Amino acid sequence: MEQLVQKLKEEIITALNLSEMNPESIDENAPLFVDGLGLDSIDALELTVLLEKKYGLKIKTSEEGKKVLFSVNSMADFIRENNRG
Amino acid sequence: MKESCIITSYCSVSDNKLILDGKLLFESTTGDFSEFASRLYKHSGISYPKFHKMDNLCKLGFMTTEFLLKNKDVTVRYAGEEIGTILMNSSSSLDTDRNHQKSINSRDDYFPSPSVFVYTLPNVVIGEICIRHKIYGEGNFFIAEKFNPRFMFDYVSQLLDNDLVKCCIAGWVEVNGSNYGSVLYLIEKTGKTESGIANFEPAEIEKIYNGK
Repeated sequence: MEQLVQKLKEEIITALNLSEMNPESIDENAPLFVDGLGLDSIDALELTVLLEKKYGLKIKTSEEGKKVLFSVNSMADFIRENNRG
Repeated sequence: MKESCIITSYCSVSDNKLILDGKLLFESTTGDFSEFASRLYKHSGISYPKFHKMDNLCKLGFMTTEFLLKNKDVTVRYAGEEIGTILMNSSSSLDTDRNHQKSINSRDDYFPSPSVFVYTLPNVVIGEICIRHKIYGEGNFFIAEKFNPRFMFDYVSQLLDNDLVKCCIAGWVEVNGSNYGSVLYLIEKTGKTESGIANFEPAEIEKIYNGK
């Protein structure tokens, strides 16, 4: 598995206290919210903070947030596109 | 009180022990509260992933209630609106407030955590309990220097006397650093003294709080 995706999964588990999960149990293509990991709005804010704190990246609009935070892979794409990963 | 009410069950957690109706149900000999809470969660056998996201005050109130209500059919015998949750402590949410403060101390490393911030109110523990058990009745969290059985009796009595609730979870839930402890009891308008632990009276509440 690509290093960035693996690292992101580990960071998400830590940031969101997903104690019953491990990186292997997270599908990088699955939606993070509602289905998939079943995350909520507070988790969305926590992921936004994670991107800013660890990668220095800010999500500028709610529309961009929906796209970037769709899945682990979309988060990884956002980091790669901004050349900070 | 207009009608006699009964304390039908009580549960306490402190010193890495959980006691239900006077009987030791779970004990962990090592570890801090976080570790103890995780072990208690596993011991309970429930699957509730949100538990891991809670702060320590919520974890304590949540697990104490989990055991207090286990096998009691309270949420079957009463509608959600008929169950109240009245809690008290002395440190409010200070334990989590400190964690939040740490994340905003430095202007150069200013990353407040939303998931920590949402727990910077003590009454959130009532919310977590109510979400879990679908309880919609009166909920209130009081801050006092020490446990006040008379106040708790008067407050819960007026809820029961005025038919605002028919059943109430009440008691003390405190977390401040390494110091933690909870004593919750269930009060019901059953009218059958023989079915309960004790009559709902300030002296009995005090005895339960003091573990006697």
